[in-house]
Amino acid sequence: MMIDYPLIWGFLIAVAIFAYVVLDGFDLGIGILYPTTKDADERTLMMNSVAPVWDGNETWLILGGGGLFAVFPLAYSVIMPAVYAPIIGMLIGLIFRGVAFEFRFKSSEERRPFWDLSFFAGSLVAAFCQGLVLGTLVKGITVVDRTYAGGWWDWLSPFSVMTGLAVVSGYALLGSTWLVMKLEGRPQEHFRRLSKYTAILLVGFLLLVSIWMPFLNEDIMVKWFSFPYLLYTFPVPLLVAITVLVLWRALMRDSDYTPFLASLVLFLLTYVGLGINIYPEIVPGVYTLWEAAAPDSSLKFLLVGAVILIPMILAYTAYAYYVFRGKIKSTEGYH
Amino acid sequence: MDSIAVDLARFQFAFTIAFHIIFPAFTIGLASFLAVLEGLWLWTGRDVYLRVFKFWLVIFALSFAMGVVSGIVMAYQFGTNWSAFADKTGAVIGPLMGYEVLTAFFLEAGFLGIMLFGMNRVGKKLHFFATVVVAIGTALSAFWILSVNSWMQTPAGYAINEIGQFVPASWLEIIFNPSFPFRLVHMVLAAYLTTAFVVAAVGAYHLLRNRFSEAAQVMFSMAMWMIIVVTPIQMIAGDYHGLNTLEHQPAKVAAMEGHFDSQGPAPLILFGWPDMEAGETKYKIEVPYLSSIILTHSLTGVVPGLNDFPREDWPPAAIVFVSFRIMVGIGVLMLLVGVWGLWSRFRGRLYESEWLQRASIVMGPTGFIAIIAGWTTTEVGRQPYTVYGLLRTADSVSPVAAPAVWASLVVFVVVYFVVFGVGIFYIFRSMGKSPDTSHGVEEGVPVRSAGITPAQALQPNEGDRSHDD
Repeated sequence: MMIDYPLIWGFLIAVAIFAYVVLDGFDLGIGILYPTTKDADERTLMMNSVAPVWDGNETWLILGGGGLFAVFPLAYSVIMPAVYAPIIGMLIGLIFRGVAFEFRFKSSEERRPFWDLSFFAGSLVAAFCQGLVLGTLVKGITVVDRTYAGGWWDWLSPFSVMTGLAVVSGYALLGSTWLVMKLEGRPQEHFRRLSKYTAILLVGFLLLVSIWMPFLNEDIMVKWFSFPYLLYTFPVPLLVAITVLVLWRALMRDSDYTPFLASLVLFLLTYVGLGINIYPEIVPGVYTLWEAAAPDSSLKFLLVGAVILIPMILAYTAYAYYVFRGKIKSTEGYH
Repeated sequence: MDSIAVDLARFQFAFTIAFHIIFPAFTIGLASFLAVLEGLWLWTGRDVYLRVFKFWLVIFALSFAMGVVSGIVMAYQFGTNWSAFADKTGAVIGPLMGYEVLTAFFLEAGFLGIMLFGMNRVGKKLHFFATVVVAIGTALSAFWILSVNSWMQTPAGYAINEIGQFVPASWLEIIFNPSFPFRLVHMVLAAYLTTAFVVAAVGAYHLLRNRFSEAAQVMFSMAMWMIIVVTPIQMIAGDYHGLNTLEHQPAKVAAMEGHFDSQGPAPLILFGWPDMEAGETKYKIEVPYLSSIILTHSLTGVVPGLNDFPREDWPPAAIVFVSFRIMVGIGVLMLLVGVWGLWSRFRGRLYESEWLQRASIVMGPTGFIAIIAGWTTTEVGRQPYTVYGLLRTADSVSPVAAPAVWASLVVFVVVYFVVFGVGIFYIFRSMGKSPDTSHGVEEGVPVRSAGITPAQALQPNEGDRSHDD
């Protein structure tokens, strides 16, 4: 039997990127929400709720980028130059927010606002740039002769700015519902209220994207609005609607865990919807999974490792989350 | 692609990786040091090991965070600035980097949280396990990334397909390519030495303030043992690495030696200035026969010169020549410090010898300089190729216009100097704190207005390190 390695890897890379989006999503979201409180203790709690896990979360981004390089080198080599500026922006943003985890606790009292700002702005810029990249790819890039052939500002369009804002609001929702889960008392109330605003904002963006996207590309129109595709794709918007209702009720009923879990499901459904739009291409409108893939020998070699190692990674990552489970009470640390 | 854009992309890569390498080189050594310290604490029960452990843990956390964020940049630079290289080599070196992520990065990140925050959540033994795992993770990371780099220097186990891409033929030959074992040993030892010199400098600084400081004595003594054991081994490893380079990259060796004409017997040029325009090394001071002895282990062995190779295949000789001498010179100084330390120890004056301690402080950062000089030698010596002999640097870059690369380069330079400059400042400040008094003070009392309470450590009178200032 022939094993379709590019397809398996397409799925694995999609999983890695999704893992990144939701895991770093909530900790970037926490950074985005930093200015909503002025209270230094509350800010410390917010940061400490993700401090033990943030760099594990960002490792998924390296797996996404490194994995793309390894198994779809052609996709990697045309996408990165096409989104040069947003990628550099994201990297710089991640630097500022990443070091803030350490520097905030090392700086003097007067300097702390600077690292708070660095945490906030870095998270915001990284999230927005990721949305720009997403929007640019969905809209399509120009490739001639296995090389990116577009301009240096092609990534900037009303659509990509909109997806940038959508990602920011989505991460803010993940962050605020995470904090509802991890905090208690007044701070928890604060983020429960914020979760409602960010949920409304995200649903608005989701509607906007859903209306806009089919007009970008005929294939997408066909997938969502014509028979028999409709039979497969129709459940997605339906499930989204149900999840939004569950999320809203959970926020109204003061539930601790459900809002975060419902937000995760919302992300998953959106992601699946996006996947339906793009599949079987990896660079929308340019290359399919099979066209961009490295030879099977490369895919097979790395797959052996992935099959053994990814379950182990999931196991010890889950263990790390388990060790730091429950509400954040004190501000324990090694600083 | 115009040559300005190529040079800018090269400079951007060189700059970002030179900054990045500082942190992992330090954390590779430091992670092992921390594992040894925690092991000694568990084994002997001596409190001082825990104090030294916690002292360095704070510094480890800072440099690890900077290593992570500067490392993510590297993972994307291959695509943003070297997309032609990525397209051509991805099938071969991409999976090696994939393995680095899967075996090393996740391992480090997964257990780092427990190592930093988890001591009172998981217990001593499991915490020690986490520390050891983080140390193993740093070493695994070195394994894979040096395999990638070595493949670019001495490519093996590949085939070239109809559209000019490198494709794998034998993974064993790719991973264990000819220069890899030498480069791996040389780099890991360099990381250990670098850390040893930093630890020695910090220990010396505190000994000069208080020669009875138990923690400072432990640091200084352990570092001095490390230095005297590892430096000679490193010199031997470096010699073997050089012989391997002579076999596979003779043009690089010619540039390192500053030889334009091949000759035997060949003199060793100690100092000089290789002038590629004039085709000779100017102002040179030579030791007869020595180059032949070092490189061929015989008096009359023939040593290659740059003129053996076409002019367009020469690496920039002056940079390679000078950076190589910086690395070797520092190595010699390191050996002297090691011998001095051993001599003082046998005279029973290790903690009293103030001049040794002052010298150790001066030598503190030299490991980093040697590492950057060594990497400059080997990477600039690989030019004008990215994959040695097969893929030229000029054919590797992205179709990104010069202004875009200019802009990103300026941003990187400014951000790195500001952010990592501040980080290094915080590291210095942590180093300056006394390693003896950082514990047991004001147990359980909130520190600073942030309301941060020192975490309860394992031993009843062992609070976590209190916050700075």
